[in-house]
Amino acid sequence: MAEDIWILGIHMTKFGKYPDRDTIDIAAEAALGALGDGGVTMADMGILAAGNLMGASAPTGQMLQKQIGQTGIPVFNVSNACATGATALRTAIMAVKSGECDMGLAVGVEKLAGVGLLAGGSRKSDSNTFTPSGRYGAVAAVDGRIGTETMPGVFAQIGMEYGHKYGGTSFELFAKISEKNHAHSTLNPLAAYQKRFTLDEIMNDIMIAYPNTRPMCSANCDGAAAAVVISDSKLKTLSLEQQRRAVKVSASVLTSDPYTESCQVLPDVNTLTRRAATQAYEQAGIGPADLDLVELHDCFATAELVHYDNLMLCEEGGAAAFFESGATWRDGSTPVNVSGGLESKGHPIAATGIANIWEICHHLRGEAGERQIEGAKVGLAHVIGLGSACGVHILEKSAA
Amino acid sequence: MAKQVPIVEYLALEPTPHLVAHQCTACGARFFDRRNACASCGSAAGFESVAVESDGVLRAFTIVSMAAPGIPVPFVAGVVDCGGTSVRANVINTEPDPEHVTLGMKVRLATQVIGTDGEGTEAIGFGFEPA
Repeated sequence: MAEDIWILGIHMTKFGKYPDRDTIDIAAEAALGALGDGGVTMADMGILAAGNLMGASAPTGQMLQKQIGQTGIPVFNVSNACATGATALRTAIMAVKSGECDMGLAVGVEKLAGVGLLAGGSRKSDSNTFTPSGRYGAVAAVDGRIGTETMPGVFAQIGMEYGHKYGGTSFELFAKISEKNHAHSTLNPLAAYQKRFTLDEIMNDIMIAYPNTRPMCSANCDGAAAAVVISDSKLKTLSLEQQRRAVKVSASVLTSDPYTESCQVLPDVNTLTRRAATQAYEQAGIGPADLDLVELHDCFATAELVHYDNLMLCEEGGAAAFFESGATWRDGSTPVNVSGGLESKGHPIAATGIANIWEICHHLRGEAGERQIEGAKVGLAHVIGLGSACGVHILEKSAA
Repeated sequence: MAKQVPIVEYLALEPTPHLVAHQCTACGARFFDRRNACASCGSAAGFESVAVESDGVLRAFTIVSMAAPGIPVPFVAGVVDCGGTSVRANVINTEPDPEHVTLGMKVRLATQVIGTDGEGTEAIGFGFEPA
């Protein structure tokens, strides 16, 4: 059996707008921060995994090395939609777990401030002569004419579908989830937005795709996060302080979407999340009831609801009642998105899947300041990228 | 009458408008786009064309207020369960608000002209209207 893997150092930049800095500047801040946090340097790293979705064809990892240390190690530039950061981390973990190296660095970075509405890839302009093209033989743009490919609209339907299947949902319920996350964000100085909204303000804000109003959508912003992972045997050679602050990776799982009938027309974010969670709980040898906090992929308020169920934080079909019980507020039984979530902390895409790990580590180390979940020992971080990819990591406080 | 073409190849206009799926000859999974092999069972045995029921139930929807340039908003986008085959479409011929569009409502296929090209050919789109 492969040995345990630990997070030795981790860092996230403040999420927000960095008009005067480029992608690599922001990535460098996160990478140097993670190395410094772990008390190591680039010379100690045996692999670099780098994620940047908007620049997926660029050699982001190599460009980063030119700013922080060109050591000649293998670089994996990864792209996996909104799960890009988790995929970079998983890549570094696999390299260490395989024994190819004993330490690795994973970085996720994005500049997304001001890009506006994100949609799927099939948008095209109408031409002057109708000619069938593409796999559907379309003669005109289909986005907006045959359903919607805009992200707020896709995830709105995912939440509504859950409501159709199990009941208990409403515009107000989804808005209340957003109210929670914005309230949580007021305690997170690294969040892009730290403004508390009333339920009325959320429901009466600009409608993007019913039932998602603007504050119920993830915030496009700039940011980066990075983590240093290390093998158990290597960690034991480091200082007691490094061992004490190290966070155990009890599970690291990545899944893609298996075939389901309905995923052909609307992405099925449920099946692959449930599979990832099941595998993660098995790997970690713990259950949902053991979790002290969860950071899940609330790219829209409608998405958070379905993931309560997919991650098995509640009984099947019971997500609405689970939320209404107050369980997912920071003083509840299973605090969810105490960072403020993607709706207020922000969603610089490739950074998200490492930033959520940072949030969990922060609490497990007892370093989360005002928003510390007292006595947190176990946490789960989840991301979804449409297409689809799902990353789930379970982290445990060091016993040292 | 102007020449007409469907917005997508899986919309058949004759004899009456209906949707046509590619059905895997091995496992029966249905797809609306061109596939190299079956995503469900992996078989490359091929696909046959089958007509999809035109009556269905609205299983999920959203009312889109912000969309691509040129698309009138608000409009309703949704997923319709047509006798076990999921279909993505707009809900048309009704007011785009949550009072007129509800989960579980019965709907049926309907077509509409979505544009005319430089040669006078009309593109025919489809949606689902309250049944």
